[in-house]
Amino acid sequence: MMKHEAVETNAGLLLVLTLLVVSIGGLVEIVPLFFINDTVEKVEGVRPYTPLELRGRDIYQREGCYLCHSQMIRPFRDEMLRYGHYSLAAESQYDHPFQWGSKRTGPDLARVGKKYSNEWHVAHLVKPRSVMPQSIMPEYPWLLENLLDYSDIAERMHALRKTGVPYSATQEEYEANVERFGEQVAQQLDIRRARESLIAQAEAGNFDGDRTRLTEMDALVAYLQMLGTLVDFSKYDEGYFVQFR
Amino acid sequence: MTQGTRAPVVQYNYDVIRKFTIMTLVWAVAGMGFGLFAALQLAFPELNFGIPELTFGRIRPVHTTLVIFGFGGSVLFATSYYVVQRTCQTRLGGGDFLANFTFWGWQAAILLGILSYILGHTQSREYAEFEWPIDLLIAVVWVAYLWVYVATLRRRSQPHIYVANWFYLAFIIATALLHIFNNLAVPVSFFGMKSYSLFAGVQDAMTQWWYGHNAVGFFLTAAFLGMMYYFVPKQANRPVYSYKLSIIHFWALIFLYMWAGPHHLHWTALPDWTSTLAATFSIMLLLPSWGGMINGIMTLSGAWDKLRTDPIMLFLITALSFYGMSTFEGPLMALKSVNALSHYTDWTVGHVHSGALGWVAMVSFGSLYHLVPRLWNTKIYSEKLIYVHFFLASIGIVLYITALWVAGIGQGLMLRAFDEYGNLAYTFIESVAFLHKPYVVRAIGGGIFLTGAVLMVFNFYMTIMRAPRMADSRAVLQPAQA
Repeated sequence: MMKHEAVETNAGLLLVLTLLVVSIGGLVEIVPLFFINDTVEKVEGVRPYTPLELRGRDIYQREGCYLCHSQMIRPFRDEMLRYGHYSLAAESQYDHPFQWGSKRTGPDLARVGKKYSNEWHVAHLVKPRSVMPQSIMPEYPWLLENLLDYSDIAERMHALRKTGVPYSATQEEYEANVERFGEQVAQQLDIRRARESLIAQAEAGNFDGDRTRLTEMDALVAYLQMLGTLVDFSKYDEGYFVQFR
Repeated sequence: MTQGTRAPVVQYNYDVIRKFTIMTLVWAVAGMGFGLFAALQLAFPELNFGIPELTFGRIRPVHTTLVIFGFGGSVLFATSYYVVQRTCQTRLGGGDFLANFTFWGWQAAILLGILSYILGHTQSREYAEFEWPIDLLIAVVWVAYLWVYVATLRRRSQPHIYVANWFYLAFIIATALLHIFNNLAVPVSFFGMKSYSLFAGVQDAMTQWWYGHNAVGFFLTAAFLGMMYYFVPKQANRPVYSYKLSIIHFWALIFLYMWAGPHHLHWTALPDWTSTLAATFSIMLLLPSWGGMINGIMTLSGAWDKLRTDPIMLFLITALSFYGMSTFEGPLMALKSVNALSHYTDWTVGHVHSGALGWVAMVSFGSLYHLVPRLWNTKIYSEKLIYVHFFLASIGIVLYITALWVAGIGQGLMLRAFDEYGNLAYTFIESVAFLHKPYVVRAIGGGIFLTGAVLMVFNFYMTIMRAPRMADSRAVLQPAQA
């Protein structure tokens, strides 16, 4: 070989060349995704999670749900019939981290919201085989027993705000959110009243069927019930989103 | 491996290698044990006994972390420290303290990691579930590892850096890069475990699978090729088949691997250009992968009879064959049309295990059987048990991957089947019910593989117990040949 000896006899050169060679692929594939505008479509309706949904999402992560359930519907006929419209990049634009998953031991959950009643979800999470005899999902009865810890909900939202999620910490940011998402949503995204809106949503939704307690089940079901419900696809022509792929 | 000059007597640091070797055995059994436990839960869901800490979602990361980073990581530390010292004919650079720090730091990270998962702390990034404080510890340990490795290379008494070291070095550099960028996150508080990843949605998915695929490409492939490049020629007592081939396939492998990540995201909301690039590079990746396999297997040319007489050679050559098979299956599954069926199914899990059990574990077992008697300056307790282990491992793998081909392809076909009226032919739960039998067979295959590993640990235990007591753990050795 022409002069490969130069590399083999110089540890520093070998190190630097290796670093260069392994960096190229990632640079070409990752960096443009932050700069090409069409990567994430502009779609009406997508908003950050409310405080209660956010806590539900944390629990979804804690229990490792993503290991058996995807949240990414592919553009195939069978998936459309089974789950609904294929997932858009915009729909996970506030997902830190993403929950697309890699394995479907259970069905996709990207559009599970509003498909079943709260009661069904509670029964299913407590004892999956009571509603689906052939299910192999673990039972999660403790979700109904554990009271939801929301003592650090503001800190959680602050951390997400640092990553770019538009939770408001000031009056100015709040007003910008009112303009962008409407007043009702903007209130839910305001860190200064995070606890109140979390409690209010749990009481209004009564997700676990027991208004006297605010449990982890409340948060998880609130999260599941909003999945995939933000975009109203009837507003768009069929095939409109193809241009962004 | 033939060196012209005869090196002076050197004291190698075998102490840290022995420690890593013992932890390799501990994590191998624990990690495969958790794998079997998880596999059994998929077949019989009540086996989590209703304990939150033992549910599938929490122990699956325990399994993957223990086998990849516990078993795989420890055997790579052990063999890389052995290979770099022997081929450079010098003691580990950076001092004994730093080498020991990499040992204790790495083991602490593994232990803290699995404890945190069962308690529910996870970044929910596959193979990167460690929360931020453990990520920081890993980053520090990894920099120390790079320091030790490069310091050793720099004080080598041979002019050339042997090919095995290129692969180990590339693995250390790439892993540092992947670990740092994939774990960028904002902690919720300074005293808590919880953090949120810096990126979201499509960019986050891309970063994670750039990491995820190259954890396979560098942690589980390049590094183990480094192991192969030392232990195969050494055990066969022959030089590497082609020096030119090793140069070409080294640079091609480390360049191409980094592009292939998005094939884990075909048909998702990731832009089409990215996944098309990844599919293209995945096909090209077949060439350097097979370059490595050919270079390894052909090293035995002229000494094929060793396959009849040397059980260690059986492990090493079978490992290379599985490497060839799974690097053929990989590009196939990276084709968009095949991926449409295979993705989200157990076919992927089966593919990973034909690489992880067939290649990674088998080449490690072979290398350990070569290494342990030398580290403890003795002979193996039972050669017969090595044969038994080999056959148990082979049967276990075949059962495992066949069961998951049936499971994955079967489920993929069921979910896309339509009846004569154009409706879906099966509900999702019908496909779950179908999986039960393949899941039972998979667990049996995994159990047989684990039994073989336990036999190996017994064999090593007896070997080490019968070894002569060493007055000083820093054994003085005569490196006639590196």
